[in-house]
Amino acid sequence: MTLKITDVSHDDEFIRKLQEISGEDVSKCMQCGTCTGGCPMTDKMDGTPRQIMLLSHYGMKDKLAADNTVWLCATCNTCYARCPRGIEIPKVMEAIRQLKLRENINEIEPNQIPEELLEDAPQIAIVSCLRKNTS
Amino acid sequence: MKICYYPGCTLKTKARNLEEAGIEALRALDVELEELERWNCCGVVFSLADDDLLHLLAPIRDLIRVKDAGYDKVLTLCSMCYNTLARSNLVMKDNEEKRDTINSFMEEETDYFGDVQVMHLLNFLRDEIGWDKVKEQVKVPLKGLKVATNYGCTLTRPDEVGIDSAENPSVFEDFLAALGAEPIHFPAGTDCCGTYQVLGNPEAADDAAARIITSAADHGAEAIVSSCPLCEYNVGKRQAALLEKKDGLTELPSFYLTQLMAVAFGADPDALGFELNHVGSLPLLKEKVL
Repeated sequence: MTLKITDVSHDDEFIRKLQEISGEDVSKCMQCGTCTGGCPMTDKMDGTPRQIMLLSHYGMKDKLAADNTVWLCATCNTCYARCPRGIEIPKVMEAIRQLKLRENINEIEPNQIPEELLEDAPQIAIVSCLRKNTS
Repeated sequence: MKICYYPGCTLKTKARNLEEAGIEALRALDVELEELERWNCCGVVFSLADDDLLHLLAPIRDLIRVKDAGYDKVLTLCSMCYNTLARSNLVMKDNEEKRDTINSFMEEETDYFGDVQVMHLLNFLRDEIGWDKVKEQVKVPLKGLKVATNYGCTLTRPDEVGIDSAENPSVFEDFLAALGAEPIHFPAGTDCCGTYQVLGNPEAADDAAARIITSAADHGAEAIVSSCPLCEYNVGKRQAALLEKKDGLTELPSFYLTQLMAVAFGADPDALGFELNHVGSLPLLKEKVL
């Protein structure tokens, strides 16, 4: 991945908000890739957790908005358990999700979920899916 | 012994097999579960946004109820409830600013300082009852039953609330060994089962669940045990749908930990809700141990 950093691509306000919502300092990331190595969802992700950390560090909000990675993160916390810098990466993922959801844009519309799955799935699946994907 | 018990939403319906078997098994250990009055949903997932205190209110209100009922401990059987209650509790214990804001926002409630201990069944058995006492109650040893220990995510991560090591836990193995079963520790045992992605990104959840089932079967397991209703759904109950999609997937019966404990303690297996698990679960027990 080649990143072209320009005045337009780099958004300081975005970084400030991201750090405020996540409570994490993304600049601590040293890009070792341990998060990506342990992530169980990478094969379905556009990017990887390591790339999300890099894009966050540079405040590249447009690239982050076009990437499905944060929506596939289900907060299993494997990355956090292994991060040598102690960064709670799922909080960074959450902050990026929140920045979209707080504009009243849902990632998943509840009526898109197949009815037979809603009938069958445990309540905790439904509550957590809607908590993570709707505003 | 009487202990305050927080059931959570799913255990009253879709995962009533987890609850009913748990109540039955704990009775044999002389542990009486007193269900928390006026409990509400814990919210399932811990609020990760640092500026979002609103989603902490539900789990904290539950903890205040525990305190008001005169208890200093609360037991959960569901690992997602455990994680959410325990993490929310830590906020109230360690973060003075958030604690003050939440206490003043819920002014009608008793002020709370994070002093209730949240326990999951597994660390309760290990730390408060002891494996020797569990062993003493075994009337039907699960001898020769090879069961893969599916910890999932929320029992051991993050470290702040984990009931055991995040990378190399053993509490589930010790539990199964106490019941006389043969625990199968397998590499995917602490992996994510796909969780709620089953609703929004079912392919990702299918792959995650299939990896766990395959890894367990490859390591010699003939069944898989979980303590989380979402894990049990993804790797157990939903396995029939998965088998149709995944060529070569080995079929693996599934259990809740409480069901195995109740069977080992001599409970009537027909009253433990096995019809809600993978279809082969009760037949496997009948073939191997009953």
